[in-house]
Formats: sequence, C-alpha cells, structure tokens
Amino acid sequence: MNILVISLITLGVTGLLAALILYFVAQKFKVEEDPRIDQVVEVLPGANCGGCGFAGCRALAEACVKADNLDSINCPVGGSAVMAQVADILGMAAVASEPKIAVVRCNGTCEARPRTNRYDGTQNCRIVHNLYAGETGCPFGCLGCGDCVRACQFDAIHINPTTGLPEVDEEKCTACGACAKACPRNIIELRKKGPKGRRMVVECVNKDKGAVARKACLNACIGCGKCQKVCEFDAITVENNVAYIDFTKCRLCRKCEAECPTGAIHAVNFPPRKEKPAEPKPAPKPAESKPAEPKPVDAKSAEQKVAESKPVEAQPVEVKPAETQPAAQVEPTKPQEQQSVEQKTVEPKPVDPTPSAETESKQ
Amino acid sequence: MENLIVAPAPHAHGNDSVRKNMLNVIIALMPAYILSIVAFGWGALIVSLVSVCSCVLFEYLIARYVLKQEPTICDLSAVLTGLLLAFNLPSNLPIWIVIIGALIAIGVGKMSFGGLGNNPFNPALVGRVFLLISFPVQMTTWPRPLGFAGSYLDAETGATPLAAMKEALKSGDASKIADLDLMSTFTGWLEAGSMGELSVILLLIGGIYLLCTKTITWHIPVSILCSVFVCAGLLYWCGYPGAATPWLHLCTGGVVLGAIFMATDYVTSPMTPWGQIIYGIGIGIIVVVIRTWGAYPEGMSFAILIMNAVVPLLNMYLRPKRFGEVKKEEPKKA
Amino acid sequence: MTTFKIGGVHPDDNKIYSAGCPITPVDLPKQAIIPLSQHIGAPAVPVVQKGDKVKVGQLIAQAGGFVSAPVHSPVSGTIFKIDSTIDAWGMRMPAIFINVEGDEWDESIDRSEKLNPVCRLSPKEIVEKIQNAGIVGLGGACFPTHVKLTPPPGKKAEVLIVNGVECEPYLTCDHQLMLEKSEEIMVGIEILKKALGIEQAIIGIEKNKPDAIEVMDRLASRRIGVTVLPLNLKYPQGGEKQLIDACIGRQVPSGALPIEVGAVVDNVATIYAVYEAVQKNKPLIDRVMTVTGKSVKKPGNYLVRFGTPLSQVLEVAGGIPADTGKIIGGGPMMGRAMSNVEMPTNKRVSGLLLLPEDESVRPEPQNCIRCAKCVQACPMGLEPYLLSKQSEYGLWDEMEKHNVMDCIECGCCQFTCPSFRPLLDYVRMGKATVGGILRARAASQKK
Repeated sequence: MNILVISLITLGVTGLLAALILYFVAQKFKVEEDPRIDQVVEVLPGANCGGCGFAGCRALAEACVKADNLDSINCPVGGSAVMAQVADILGMAAVASEPKIAVVRCNGTCEARPRTNRYDGTQNCRIVHNLYAGETGCPFGCLGCGDCVRACQFDAIHINPTTGLPEVDEEKCTACGACAKACPRNIIELRKKGPKGRRMVVECVNKDKGAVARKACLNACIGCGKCQKVCEFDAITVENNVAYIDFTKCRLCRKCEAECPTGAIHAVNFPPRKEKPAEPKPAPKPAESKPAEPKPVDAKSAEQKVAESKPVEAQPVEVKPAETQPAAQVEPTKPQEQQSVEQKTVEPKPVDPTPSAETESKQ
Repeated sequence: MENLIVAPAPHAHGNDSVRKNMLNVIIALMPAYILSIVAFGWGALIVSLVSVCSCVLFEYLIARYVLKQEPTICDLSAVLTGLLLAFNLPSNLPIWIVIIGALIAIGVGKMSFGGLGNNPFNPALVGRVFLLISFPVQMTTWPRPLGFAGSYLDAETGATPLAAMKEALKSGDASKIADLDLMSTFTGWLEAGSMGELSVILLLIGGIYLLCTKTITWHIPVSILCSVFVCAGLLYWCGYPGAATPWLHLCTGGVVLGAIFMATDYVTSPMTPWGQIIYGIGIGIIVVVIRTWGAYPEGMSFAILIMNAVVPLLNMYLRPKRFGEVKKEEPKKA
Repeated sequence: MTTFKIGGVHPDDNKIYSAGCPITPVDLPKQAIIPLSQHIGAPAVPVVQKGDKVKVGQLIAQAGGFVSAPVHSPVSGTIFKIDSTIDAWGMRMPAIFINVEGDEWDESIDRSEKLNPVCRLSPKEIVEKIQNAGIVGLGGACFPTHVKLTPPPGKKAEVLIVNGVECEPYLTCDHQLMLEKSEEIMVGIEILKKALGIEQAIIGIEKNKPDAIEVMDRLASRRIGVTVLPLNLKYPQGGEKQLIDACIGRQVPSGALPIEVGAVVDNVATIYAVYEAVQKNKPLIDRVMTVTGKSVKKPGNYLVRFGTPLSQVLEVAGGIPADTGKIIGGGPMMGRAMSNVEMPTNKRVSGLLLLPEDESVRPEPQNCIRCAKCVQACPMGLEPYLLSKQSEYGLWDEMEKHNVMDCIECGCCQFTCPSFRPLLDYVRMGKATVGGILRARAASQKK
C-alpha cells in the first residue's frame, strides 16, 4: 500500500511539474501571428500544389494577409469562389478571374505520326527529350512517357493508350500548372476554359517548315497562314511556321477551323456544326485520308471532340442526318470511331443536348 | 529489318546480376554446409531444407498476394536468407519453430519494408533474434555433433564453447575454458553449437572465394575480425578475470560467419569504404561487450542488428573520396 | 599498376573485329552534306552561296566566335544549297549541300605522302594555322583545339598528354592510326610542344595495343622529351581527367579544366590532323572511323571525307546486317544510338558500331539492392545510386551538394549495376537540370 501511495504521489508531482514547465515555456516562446492567416488557410483548398506560385496554402495565406489588395494573387484550384471568401475575411475587394484549364497542344496520335524508331530507354519525357527527337519524325511533339501524368496531383491527366497522347479531365483539372512545368517541350499550356468549356486551340507546336512538319505528322500545322488571314479579331499569329491563337482575343467564331487544311485547329466542346446540305460534295473518300478533305474533316474532327466529352451527343448526331449531311457520307466508320472514343477515361460533362438553334456567330 | 532501337548510353552491360551474386554466396557457404550435415546429421538437413523452402514460399506468397507484385524468388535472395537463418539455429529445433522464424525473417524482416533492397535490418538475423526471444529454451539448447547416428528432435545436447566462456567470465575463473581446443574449433569440431559455428577454416575458404569473385570487398570482414581481436585482446592482456584469448573469441560463435556472410549483406551494410570500416569496428566492439558483460553468451546477431540501424548515418557522413581531392604532386620526369 | 586510382570497369574488348584492318578510303559521295556545327561552341557561318564552285580544302564557313571552328569543303563541286538537314537523332541542323564534281584540291595543299618533319613557324603562328584549319578534338568531344592551345592568363601548360588509349570497346581507328602514321604523329607532337612552349610529352597507350606501344616507343626514344607510358587496361582511361591522373598522378579539381594542373590532353587523331594542317596545309576534311560489329561483313577502319552519308559508309562495310538492333555513333559505353543513317560523316563521329538485336534490348530494371558496386565503379568518386534516386524525385539541391556536375557520363555505374537500373539516364537528366539552375543562378548574379 505504501509503495502505491508513494508512486502515485511521485508520478503526480512529476507530471504537474512537467505541465507547469511546458506552460511557461510555451508562453515565453510564443510566436505572435496574425489570426487571419489561420482563417484564410481554413477556406483554402489545402492541396499545397503550388499553382498560385507560393510554397503551399499557408504561404499563400500569409501573402494574402500581407498584401494591399488581391489583384495579383489567385488560387487556381479554389477559383473565384475561394478568392471571394478570402476577400471577405480580409475586407478586400474580390477579384474574379477566368477559369483556366491545361490544354495539350499536340495531336500527333499513333496513327497520324508514325514511329521511325523504337525507344528502349527509361520512360521519362525529359530523358527522351534530352536524348533525341523521339520515336517519330517530329522533334517538337508529345513523347507520351507521362511526365505530365506523374506531376498531376489531382488525377486530372492521363495518357490515352490508343492515341498515345495525354488527355485532360475537364472536371478535375484545376489549372495549377504542374503538368505544363513538367512537359519538357512546353506542349501543355494553361488556356482559358471558355464559356461552356468551349475554346479554339491550334493543336501543334511544330516549328519546322510546313512540308517537313507534314511529312512527320498528318495533323501538323504547316504554317500556311490561312487561319491568320481569315480571323477577324486578330487573334491568330503565325510565327516560326506554327499558328497560335491568343485566347484573350478569340471570339470562338470557328472560321479558322474551317480554313485549316490539315485539321490542326480544333474547336473543343462545341456542338456539331450545321452544314448546308445543298453544297455539292465530292465522292466520299475513305476515313483514313481525312486530312486531305477540309469540309468533312472539320465536321468529323469537331464531332470527335464533341464525342470525347459528351458521348451523349452521339445520339443527336445520328438522329438528325439532315444537319450533318457530309458527316453522313462517312457514317459507316464513324460509329466505330466514336465507340473507341467513348472508351476514353475522360468523364463527360453534362451539356444541354439541344444545340440546334444556336449558331456559332451568336457566341 | 525493323526500325532501329534508340536508348541512352551505355549500350553494354557487365553481365552481373543479383542472382549471380546470391549464387556466389550460396556456393561459398557450401563447404561449411556440407561439413555441418556430416556433423549434425538429420537435424541439419531438416532444419536447413525447411528454412530455405519456407523462406522461398513466404516470399512468393507475400509478393504475389499481399504486395500484389511480381515475385522475385528467382534472384535466390530468399534461398540465401533461408540458408543463413538455418546456420544460426540449433539443428534440433522443431519444424514449426523454424517455419515461424522464416515467416518473421521474410515477412517482417524483408517484405514489410517493400521487398529486396528496402529493408534496414538483416532479415536472417531478425528471424533469429525473434526466435531467441520468443523461444529461449529451444533456442539455447544446442545439439552435439553426432552425425547421422544421433536423432533429430531428441538430439543429445551439450554446452557450447561460448557458454563455457560466459561461465568463466561470470566466475572470473579462466580454468573453465582451459580445455577448449583452439585448433579443433578452427578446423571443424565443437562440443555443441549451431551449423555456422562449426568450422572457421571452411568459412574462411568461402570468404576467399567471395573476395576473388568480387562479391564482397575486404572492408567489412577485415574490420570486424580486427576489431574483435583488438577488443578481446585488450581485455585478455589487461588481465580481465576469466577473459578468453582473442584467438578463442575469433574462432568461437558466429564471429567468422557474421563477419563474412551476415554483416556483408548488401542491403543492410554501408555503401562507402570508410562507412564499412567503421561499421565493422562497431560490430566488433559490441560483440565483445555483449560477450563479456551482456546477459547472452553470443552477441554477433545483436551487434550486427544494432550497427544496421547506424548504417544510414554512416552513409551520410562517410562519403567516398571524390576525384580531385588530392594535392598536386610533382610530374614524373621524362 | 599504372592506371587511374578511383573506380573504373573492365568491359569486353571486342576490338578483334576491326583490329589490324588497314585504313581504307571510302569513295566520294555524289552529294556532300556538311553540317555547320561540328564542334563545341558557336556554329560556323557560311561564306559561300548557292552556285559557287569550290575545291577540296576551300573555306566554306568561318568560325562563329573564338570558341568555334571554321569548316572547309571536303569535296570539289558546286554549292547546291545552304539548308538544314536532319541529324542521326532527328534534330534539324544547318548544313551546306555540295554536288560533287571530280576531286580537285586547293593548290596550297601538299598531297604528297613524304614526311615533313621540320616546322619553322612560331608558336603563335602554329596556333593560328591550327585554328584556321578547323581542327577540333577528334576523340569525341570536338573541342576546338586552338582554344586548348591558348591557356587563359595566369595558367601555364607543363605537359602534353597524348591520348592513344582508345578505351572504348570495339573502336580501333586510333590504334591503326598509330601503327600507320606514327612518324607523322610524332612530328605533330613536336609541333604541339612548340606551340605550348613545353618540353615534356607523355603518350598514354593501353597495354592491349603492344604493337602500337612498340612503334611509338621506338620513335619516342630517338627524341627528347617524349615518352610512351603503357597503361593497365581500365575503362574510362581515355577520359581526360582519368588519363591525367594515370600519367602524371594529378587530379583535376572539381569544375576546373586540365590546364589547372598544367596538362593539355589531345587525341592521336587530332595530333595527326594538326600535322596535316601545319605541315601539309591540309584543313580538317576527313578522318578515320571504325565500322564494326559482330555481324558486320567487312568491319574495318575507313578513311571518310566529311559529308559522306553514313549509309554509304555502311554499304562499303558490307551493308547493314539483317539482325541489327542498334547503330551507335562511337563506342558502346558513351556512343549515341542513332535513329537514322542518312546523317553525313562529320568531325563528331569517330566510329559506327552495329549491335545485333539481342544485345540491343535492356533487361527489366529491378530494385536497388544497395550493393555499392556503382560507388566502387564510379571513376569520379560519386554515388550513382543516390544521385539517380535524387534525380527521380527531383531533389536538385541535394544533387548539387553531392557533386553531380562532376559526372563525366562514362556509364561505369549502369554497366556494373546487377539490378540493371538505368542509373546514368537519371543522373544525366539531373545533371542537365542542375546545370540549367547553375547557369540561371550565375546569370542572375551578374545582374
């Protein structure tokens, strides 16, 4: 009994002493911090992805609290909603920003861009890029080894095994920029998401002369400049044999897409084009030679893009043949292509299935 | 002809492989293994076969069904772990205890860290120490070498030379170890013990084979043996009551087995020359300390495991000599 | 043991396929394509235009700076165009295209085979002549030789080390050159000694070339200040830093050039080119290259004029064998595997190695077993296992601290690794990234 009492008292006193020491030390060495930093950290997504340019969410919170205004600070993951909350806490003006998304500017699929050699080294884009041009004839195109996939913290980009190219999940992408930084060829760019996710992209960054680029890849931009000529908004520049669409100026009129002879310009997330059925069309050529035909290619590539994100749209396309006459001529192969396209891992965004009345010019 | 293959340099390989190295170690153990079969008979055969087969089986099952990876039993590392584990066990150990030992050695000592290359502690020793602590009686009754004439589980047991040395130290009376014959412990006989303690000379031959095939470097074995010799020698020549000669320390117990085969395990030993030397010195000191003042008669397993824990520190602070660190010398005249 | 002290490996020699094959000239091509960048440094700038007629040895592009080299026409004919072509790794490079007509040489070039042993030029004139001849290091690095011969102020050269080692397996062009042109190389050595103002030259030759050692030693013993040092076989003995360590026992400090320890290293082929330039007025327009491989029908040492498509050279060697997996420019340890053979021969390519398919595919890498064989093998005393893992995880600061910039990319680590891990792939990537960070840091500090 004695032993028990003595042990209890000794332990109790030791514990009390320790508690007192800890309390005083905690008080003496306390770091004074603005309580608002903690409040801001609460509303931030907590991904610590670095997309804002700061080293983690806490660093961003500190920067926000210190700053005079939130003009130059933005959290791409949380977007305008989160920045509005931060603005509330700090009593500053909220800054609305255009949501962005990572865009892969290469369409050199396995079909369009044949292999000229076999690579047997480590599957790492930066290593391949430092070594040579790659397995194809295009020294600028996507290498498909997945550095971007490994860099993404949001599971928003994956390599499509059929095309060999990365595909961005529109829902999950937060435009943090990790994939863009990881890509050794600067193929991935953060571009405006656009109204209803619609955007125009030149899916090529090949700076070689047109003939050389085309020889390596059927989907290449040959730098012909037709798109630049037809753009009424001065949004397109052609430099170093490749076209670039300035997303701040682009009005989504799709005229450049129609002009492009190789199909390098893509209209993403658009409803299917309304084609005039009266137009005389040449005899239907097989689907494989699609780059040679401007009109059917555009409709098909647009529909491919549409089908990529909205397999639901496949129904309207087949139900209204009158609107999609040229496409109907190449109908036999389309269902299979759409079939394989639907198998992609990209999740579809629910969009209103009645695109009919709206024409492109209204946008 | 298909398209050309492109890959970064180098395009040649030295034809070394994990399997080749493991096989070399297994071959180096063979002389001592064969003698121990002759000496310990059925027990040695059964314990070693059960140990090897369980290790391989557990590695396969854990890799395939728990880690969901491709099993790598072909690289023979599990076979080697099984063999070394058997070398550390008394050959009258019941089969079920051997199997538990193998499970712990492979499951906890190796696979729980992610498979070959990721474990910080020597798997065979993890298994052995687990068994020692869990089954102290069975693990400390050593059979006498009676060959196939003796039985397996009912083997006649005796006192190991180490036990005698411990007695001498406890009582301060060196006469207890006076009749330990150095020559026989060196060549291949002892009163009682494990397979790995039997013949120093055969283990040394194995060690020379490993050095010649460049499977191991001299740093670890030499530093362990020298360190044990020096520490034990200090005690002996300073007249510590009951201390054995340093030669006896070297020839008894698992010092030679540990120095050549256990401490040189690739995964758990340091990566740099000076790191390896300090590692060996540390093991030697700890072995002698445990043997002299510790509760156990044998300290090699603990010494190696303790130094395994220090290895990352040694790797960090004892870097190899970088090119360009020497002073300028006079050029050779024509 | 006369060799370098730290690390090294012993790959199979494989020199038997082309050893002893006499130097054989290859026919002129129909169209010569001459790249403008055949050296380290700024590309050369063309001084001719379409339609010009040129002779062999005529200047067609001038140096683009001090660390650069001029380019001379290896053929006679008409300039077809100045355009770009694709190199063996798929990258575009500017080049001059010449339609070959006959084989008319510039009048100033002495084409006789007679040895010209006396050089009466001053050191400054020698360096200038070497610069104007477009001589670059022919051991693989292609560093402009005149820059090596112009030590920066405050640094003095003490010894010339002649690299006759040829440590890469399969290659034998330097060996054959030493056997056939030993006198000329000796004169070249004397010229370089004069240019550098030094008295001592050491010729390093590995012991697997006893005939070359004998020939060069016989000539060296008749001269003052030239010795032949037979070296024990070890790769990468031909690496500049390792060779200096083996020959004079000095180790070039990290980040420094050989001149820091008073050494200038030159390859025997470069020295032969120096002889031809200074004594025969012949600029660098051709070189000996080894074409070899187990399945090659006619392996050998071929004298090629620059601008010849590699496919033509391969035809002369009996064509590309059907079982070819890799065609490597250089040796198997540091050579670069090519993706096409339309690239023309140039100063950079010292040999073509054709590996069969079964030797061209890498086995699957396994876990690192921490055997430390890569640490033992690294000739620069680095820790490849650590650098490789750090590179995988993007730990650039750590790599810098662990001296990744000292890596000479010799391949010993990956050669040795029993787990077939692609150590050098990752270390090389890390080196490139850290190099970029260091350059950016230096640039921002200058501001």
